[in-house]
Amino acid sequence: MLFSGERLMQKRNKTKVLRRSPDSGQAKECWLMLLPFLVFFTVFTVIPVLISLPIGFTDFDMINKPEFVGLSNYKTLFLSDKTFIHSIRVTIIFAIFTGPVSYVLCFLLAWLINELHPRLKTIFTLIFYAPSMANVYTIWQLIFSGDQYGYANSVLLDLGIITESKQWLTDSRYILAVVIIVQLWISLGAGFLALRAGFQNIDKSQYEAGAIEGIRNRWQELIYITIPAMGPQMMFAAVMQIVAAFTADIVGRNLVGFPSTDYAAHTIMTHAYDYGWVRYEMGYSSAICTVLFAVMYFANRIIRKVLAKYMD
Amino acid sequence: MSKNRSKKRNTADRKVDVTAMKASSRQAGIRKGSTAGIFIFLFILGTFMVLPVYLAVVMSLKPSQEWFIFPPKLYVMDPTLDNYRDMFRAAGKLWVPFSRYVFNSVFVTATITAAQCFSASMAAFILAKGKFKGNKFLNAVVVVSLLYQSNVIYIVQYIVVAKLGLIDSYLALILPNIATPMGVFLMRQSISQIPDSMIEAAKVDGAGMFNICWKIVMPNQKPALMTLIIFAFQAAWNMQGSTYIFNEAYKTLPAAVAQAAASGIARQGVAMAAAVFMMIPPVIVFMLAQKQVIETMAHSGIKE
Repeated sequence: MLFSGERLMQKRNKTKVLRRSPDSGQAKECWLMLLPFLVFFTVFTVIPVLISLPIGFTDFDMINKPEFVGLSNYKTLFLSDKTFIHSIRVTIIFAIFTGPVSYVLCFLLAWLINELHPRLKTIFTLIFYAPSMANVYTIWQLIFSGDQYGYANSVLLDLGIITESKQWLTDSRYILAVVIIVQLWISLGAGFLALRAGFQNIDKSQYEAGAIEGIRNRWQELIYITIPAMGPQMMFAAVMQIVAAFTADIVGRNLVGFPSTDYAAHTIMTHAYDYGWVRYEMGYSSAICTVLFAVMYFANRIIRKVLAKYMD
Repeated sequence: MSKNRSKKRNTADRKVDVTAMKASSRQAGIRKGSTAGIFIFLFILGTFMVLPVYLAVVMSLKPSQEWFIFPPKLYVMDPTLDNYRDMFRAAGKLWVPFSRYVFNSVFVTATITAAQCFSASMAAFILAKGKFKGNKFLNAVVVVSLLYQSNVIYIVQYIVVAKLGLIDSYLALILPNIATPMGVFLMRQSISQIPDSMIEAAKVDGAGMFNICWKIVMPNQKPALMTLIIFAFQAAWNMQGSTYIFNEAYKTLPAAVAQAAASGIARQGVAMAAAVFMMIPPVIVFMLAQKQVIETMAHSGIKE
């Protein structure tokens, strides 16, 4: 099919040779095909990561050479840095709300959209993904603006829910909630689109077969056919949501400023930003990132185990 | 068609057919009802999702005298393109012609997207289906590099780019963004769903891994590939690259637009116009790519 008859014969002969020395020729071809990716991946990602990891054990101000200080950064981090302990709490609250909630939302919406007419699919996918393409912090600042011109204040005042304008972006009671709302708003990103693509890839004949075997409704279809067929995409979405939930930082800094009132939106990543780019203590900043990485790695392992249980 | 076929079948078979048909028509009725429910649910939630984007568009069309009307309105009474005109005027006053920024952005974005799709597809196929020593390890490295985020990485990346002598060139913008672990991970997950039997069959037919990848696997990977195009385009398009580029002639559109938005008099309006303007190309690419994704399912799926 793919080759003319003559070439096919040649290739057949080749495979026979290959079979005798299994996979050695194939391994070479594999590495060749990996090459374009591997070269750039190694130079611009792997090497920087490998160099970054040990920086956490040094004192590094970006001007002088890093100086080895052992575990002292980690000691300070856990024993005397109260803001760090506070940022762990903020990050956990953040991760609980934006991680699982947005993951379920990604899956639920991707699934519901899949049940619609093809034209509506495109429109709804665009609507839910649009926040990820928009850069509208200015709009959120207008919505949560502290004066009565803010949309949130104006609507809530109008409805009589609040009696005076609230300082959404500077009052430490509201900051975290506001940032979580905006983070949730942009959370239907990579994971959501990957799940949408995954739904498109499911073999439709499986549903027909399922109907004959007595699957009655969408719910059963979801449990018995769809979810087992979506394992890889669900894993991808899980990793993306873990990263988004634990490294949340930019939204907060753009919306409520840095530092936020009473450090109300001060996540671990914000703390790392503070030490890295504001105080130029890169060693300490790197130690913070390494701790965060350990947490994310752990979360990834747990989710992998949980998903594996449901897949098979 | 089905009538002819059922005629040929025996009666027992036909009975099964009829019950199945009855069941499916009942299902269809329930289905229609709940589809309407799904639509309403998505419509309400979608309205909230799209509201801030809609407001951004409204704001960008508001003349300055409408900015401080109380209570703030959800629509614009006297729409104007002044903000956009101001933005382009400010952008036109930058050091190099506006068209140069447009060219830079289009060139860099197109190159990154193409290179990333090519390298990621091939690497993902090998990571998912290749049989060689070190495969498992490489897969783990990709995921770990996704999870490890640190400020120090940016510094080292900068040093690498500087050491390679790429500062102030297109390559400084393009090369670091070709291999993203996310793109490979996305494609790898999707390709892993292709049954091994399909690849083994092609191997028996004498196809090499390269041909299997591009002639058998990738035509089945349209949804994932289109998704990757969306991600790659969007990331490349919004890249400012201000750490690597100091020569105005190599700066991209986001950098120019940010400068223009910061320099106008009616800043908020111009900033909104800039945000909306920058969103247009990704949205177009998104629509085109999604259309492809959705058309795929109408015809095929992966078959065991």
